[in-house]
Amino acid sequence: METILNIRNVSKIYQSAGQSLTVLDNINFNIEKGSTVAITGPSGSGKTTLLGLCAGLDQASTGSVELHGIALEALNEDERAAVRNQYVGFIFQNFQLLPTLTALENVMVPLELRGAKNIRDHAMDLLDKVGLAGRSHHYPVQLSGGEQQRVSLARAFSSKPAILFADEPTGNLDAETSEKVIRLLFDLNKDAGTTLVIVTHDLDLAARTGRIIKIKGGTVLSDEKTNDA
Amino acid sequence: MPDSVLTPKVRLSWLLKMAWRDSRKNRSRLLLFISSIVLGIAALVAVYSFKDNLQRDIDGQAKELTGADLVLESRKGVSKAMQAMLDSLGDERSQEKTFASMIYFQQGGGSRLVQMKALEGRYPYYGSIETVPAEAAAHFQEGRNALVDQTLMLQYNAKVGDSVKVGDLNFKITGSITKAPGQTGIASSVAPTVYIPLTYLEKTNLIKTGSRLNNKFYFRYDNPSGVDAWVKQNEQKLEKEGFDADTVESRKEQTGRSFKDVNRFLALAGFIALLLGCVGVGSAIHVYIQEKLSAVATLRCLGLKSRHAFFIYLIQVFFIGLIAAVLGAIIGTGIQFLLPLVLKDFLPVEITMQVSWPAVAQGILLGLIISVLFALPSLLGVRKISPLNAIRLSFEKSASRRDPLIWFIYLLMLLFIVGFTHLQMKTWIQTLIFTASLGIAFLLLILLSKLLMYLVKKILPDSASYLWRQGFANLYRPNNQTLMLTVSIGLSTAFICTLFFVQGILMSRVTLSSGSNQPNMVMFDIQNTQKDRLDSLTKAYKLPLMNQVPVITMRIEEINGKKANADTNNRRAYRNEIRATYQDSLTAAEKIVEGKWIGKIKPNETIYISLDQRYAQQIHVDIDDKILFNVQGMMIPTVVGSLREVNWSRMQTNFRVVFPAGVLEEAPQFHVLMTRIPSSELSAKFQGEVVTKFPNVSVIDLDLVLKLLDDILGKIGFVIQFMAGFSMITGWIVLVSSVLTSKNQRIKESILLRTMGAHRKQILAINAIEYFFLGTFAAGAGLILALGGSWALAKFSFDAAFYPPLIPTILLFGSVVLLVVITGVLSTRSILNQPPLKILRTEG
Repeated sequence: METILNIRNVSKIYQSAGQSLTVLDNINFNIEKGSTVAITGPSGSGKTTLLGLCAGLDQASTGSVELHGIALEALNEDERAAVRNQYVGFIFQNFQLLPTLTALENVMVPLELRGAKNIRDHAMDLLDKVGLAGRSHHYPVQLSGGEQQRVSLARAFSSKPAILFADEPTGNLDAETSEKVIRLLFDLNKDAGTTLVIVTHDLDLAARTGRIIKIKGGTVLSDEKTNDA
Repeated sequence: MPDSVLTPKVRLSWLLKMAWRDSRKNRSRLLLFISSIVLGIAALVAVYSFKDNLQRDIDGQAKELTGADLVLESRKGVSKAMQAMLDSLGDERSQEKTFASMIYFQQGGGSRLVQMKALEGRYPYYGSIETVPAEAAAHFQEGRNALVDQTLMLQYNAKVGDSVKVGDLNFKITGSITKAPGQTGIASSVAPTVYIPLTYLEKTNLIKTGSRLNNKFYFRYDNPSGVDAWVKQNEQKLEKEGFDADTVESRKEQTGRSFKDVNRFLALAGFIALLLGCVGVGSAIHVYIQEKLSAVATLRCLGLKSRHAFFIYLIQVFFIGLIAAVLGAIIGTGIQFLLPLVLKDFLPVEITMQVSWPAVAQGILLGLIISVLFALPSLLGVRKISPLNAIRLSFEKSASRRDPLIWFIYLLMLLFIVGFTHLQMKTWIQTLIFTASLGIAFLLLILLSKLLMYLVKKILPDSASYLWRQGFANLYRPNNQTLMLTVSIGLSTAFICTLFFVQGILMSRVTLSSGSNQPNMVMFDIQNTQKDRLDSLTKAYKLPLMNQVPVITMRIEEINGKKANADTNNRRAYRNEIRATYQDSLTAAEKIVEGKWIGKIKPNETIYISLDQRYAQQIHVDIDDKILFNVQGMMIPTVVGSLREVNWSRMQTNFRVVFPAGVLEEAPQFHVLMTRIPSSELSAKFQGEVVTKFPNVSVIDLDLVLKLLDDILGKIGFVIQFMAGFSMITGWIVLVSSVLTSKNQRIKESILLRTMGAHRKQILAINAIEYFFLGTFAAGAGLILALGGSWALAKFSFDAAFYPPLIPTILLFGSVVLLVVITGVLSTRSILNQPPLKILRTEG
């Protein structure tokens, strides 16, 4: 299968209070196009840092990250932003909806950034799919946590990304809402054929993906396919 | 990878749309932040508009100011050659002799020193002497009539038809003067004018040898186009004859120039208000951008480039700045109508106020530049917001301090302040002093606030109650307001207090001079023949003869053998008439600082004179230099023997040039006598008798002068306070803006405290303690700056002692603290009155 994400000898070292702190140490793995992968590990294991590097939000101290055939370490921040806009979708633990934009406008933003036109209908379709067509003109503060995460899902899929990164997508939701959101996430992902990378503590959620990469102390502890694969 | 992936086109229209969307729910807040500059802009637009209108009116009314096409003026007599020249000028001529004289109101019995104008001819040719009744000005020269200043008539309860004694003659008052060409309200209250016909001047017997007479010749031309060229052509000749020339054009320049200083002061006062506002804008935008961190990080995750994120907020600041600037320009245009009311007593022309579009445009442009420039250091930080902030706070601190662009912006700010100040100031030295003073004030306030935070952190005892500890801790916690409020409130307090103290210094200088053992009445123009009789009269009234000196008028003819035409760099020395005295010993106000004092000489000995050291510097002479004086025709060679330091503020006659006894005793001279009169009733009676028996003797009632001075300083003080008010209100807006800026943080703290069981009163107490100390410290810091600045001004500029007025200072300090506490506590109350859950949901 075609590789969409190639991580080679990646390390991340932070300088803090005059001391070096190695958060990730020599990480290697590939992710195939269309697959679903969970990155799990205890708090402080480096999984969010790894997500940041994979998605081009940050640069590795050493090693290379190749996303959709593009070597991210060769790009500056603005060029990586362009790559994110073109190929990457995000779902955040705390939803990260823009508070001054309506639900519909939030969904439209990634496409607007591409300069696309006549996107309102497409955005409305997505809001309809997540069951929020009737609340398209509401601001995030007027929506519940579950609704905000559904808007976040619609936004993530709006630009038809090649790869979708979800950082603890149910971390701020109750069990019942979490289940609905996860089901929706996997349904949308299946329809779109997107590669899905989830960073999570939740082992049940991880088990629903095709592969689990376990991280501990900044290194890959295990990399196994699940029964769902 | 195709290039289109790396460089997607973000359209300006989308950036505008995003800026608009992002500003939702923040517009009123943004407007409040930017409103800090509204009053500064308003003040500047008002001042610029006023300046434009004044210049236009001076240009339009310059003919009325001058009253003629050409005015020639001299304090010297008129030579035959000059008289021939005067007779050949113009198509119509008038003559006026102006001098200080006493008048005596026959009916009411009061007497007063006035500016007497003996007029012949149809002057003014442009404009008019406005009188009640109106026709009086045109007809007063037809008989022994006088026109008397309206205010003076009111003071002495005189009516048209009453008599006024001028010298030996009685004149009938045929009109009261409401306005004379070029005369301001202040000028008429200091020296009220009385017009009499010139033909009667000689018979008044007021003009004696040594009288200070000003001869004015007014000319009207049917075609005045060549007047300025004629003046230029004859400049040297006129100067040689001791004549000054004034034309419509030169009056325009002169009047405009004298108001330039006023406008400079007003503009700088407005600029200080604007700078205070800039501090507010910079700080508020900083907090605003901090709050936008998460939104920007999300947009960056979604693919927004850093420069586009920066543009979104730049667009917001630009438009909100534009709104504030337009608002400021509108308010300023309104305020300009108040300025003529505030300054009316100082204005020589009728002001016709109009909207000055250049001033409005200047104000709007300035507002825009200021808003953007002072917001830029925070806005540039947007470029550095990492997308990682969307998933968690970045490990690495923002590198904005190392951003070279930030330093470039700081440099631009400095250049802007220096450049703008230079536009208002005359010289680079003044510009640098002003900018450096401002910079030092800013720096000191910053250092003081840092010191406060450090001390509070170190000194606060653990045993203090929780409320006190929390209140104090708020002063140094992260995102505290200590620095910003200390700078803004401190600077506005410093500005207001300095102006207040300087006004006090000026007043006390004058008041000190009039202490109970100092003379309060000066009589001058006393002739030799009148001296003994006036002494007797003074003694008869049981008044002391406090200071009796002879005065001789003279001119410098040569310095070290050089005449005026050979000493071109020192023209001033030869130009002015000098009033000198002779004495055998130094007075209490004099101290020899160089050379040797010689009090008496014998005939044919070298005449060693003593000069005031400042005057010696002005005319570029030193010890042993030779000066040839022309004492009303007689040449007297002298040598500079000593230089004196003279205490000019002492209430006594002081002289720049002092001769030794034994030289000038026989020269034409008049005398000055000073005395102290205990009551105003006795003063009126004594003055009345002096005027009746010695009509040519002028009497200055110093109590009246002090009252007038007090009145003038009060009016100037009002103008100053009016402009300082802009800074005070701006300081308050910055305070409100700052309090609201930190509202979110306070809400979270208050909710947390209330959740843990704190009472509303306890939270209010914590905030009151914080604001009380903030206010106390900021106002205290401002006060310290003002005291330091005023002391320096008193010592180095006014050469006076500085004793700050205790009670007004405490009141001013207390008011600022109270204002800060009330503003701070009121903003907290609105949060406390809501249930915590409701606020939590609203703030989301």
